[in-house]
Amino acid sequence: MTTVGLDIRVTISSDADIVTARAQGRSAARAMGFSTTDVTIIATAISEVARNIVQYAGRGEILLRERREDGRSGLLIVARDEGPGIPDVEEAMRPGYSTSNSLGFGLPGAKRLVDEFEIESSRGQGTTITMTKWLAR
Amino acid sequence: MRVPILKQENYLIASIQSTLTDEELVEFRDDITRQVGRHRARGIVVDVTVLDVIDSFAVRTLRSIGELTRLRGAHTVIVGIQPEVAIAMVQLGLGFEGAHTALDLEEGIALLDELTGK
Repeated sequence: MTTVGLDIRVTISSDADIVTARAQGRSAARAMGFSTTDVTIIATAISEVARNIVQYAGRGEILLRERREDGRSGLLIVARDEGPGIPDVEEAMRPGYSTSNSLGFGLPGAKRLVDEFEIESSRGQGTTITMTKWLAR
Repeated sequence: MRVPILKQENYLIASIQSTLTDEELVEFRDDITRQVGRHRARGIVVDVTVLDVIDSFAVRTLRSIGELTRLRGAHTVIVGIQPEVAIAMVQLGLGFEGAHTALDLEEGIALLDELTGK
């Protein structure tokens, strides 16, 4: 995976950091030339994965990078934590699933907002969510 | 940041002034639910024009304002959802089912007049 230029890291440990992460995502997406609608979609996806960190792991980080592939660019969003991990990822991606008094819509919702979405998680090892939103050519 | 809640006859008008954290949004929900009783309000307008992101948590909290205030005898109308926010909400797969919505404050008050038979 080739990434260029943009390299932003936001530490996530409280709900105020969720707001910071989406503001950072918004300005990065805007600078890359995403449409106003896509900027909002990106900020919303970041909000969901950042909240997932706060709710389940307590702390973690969000990385924003610009990705280049086959002549196109995209915003790469990585949300990672060293929390308890997700015991059953497949189950967690089903809308309505929840273990923490939330709507249980966060992760499946985020997946619907981006072009690529991947979760790596193992018990006791933490969770890494990798998402890409490609810039329309 | 506290959300100012104004009383206008039998209605409460709450205009969110800036981005809110999850905690502030929950405080606002509790505050407005309490104020329904204090002011004997029949209708509530929540203006979300300034919100540039309405994610699953915000949807759930705003929706619950509608449910809680209904139990307290008042109707709630959410107004000012920005077009790009609406698109993101639909793509997210979430809407305000069960809650009333209107374009802006004026339309929101007109809808409350209808709902309360004023």
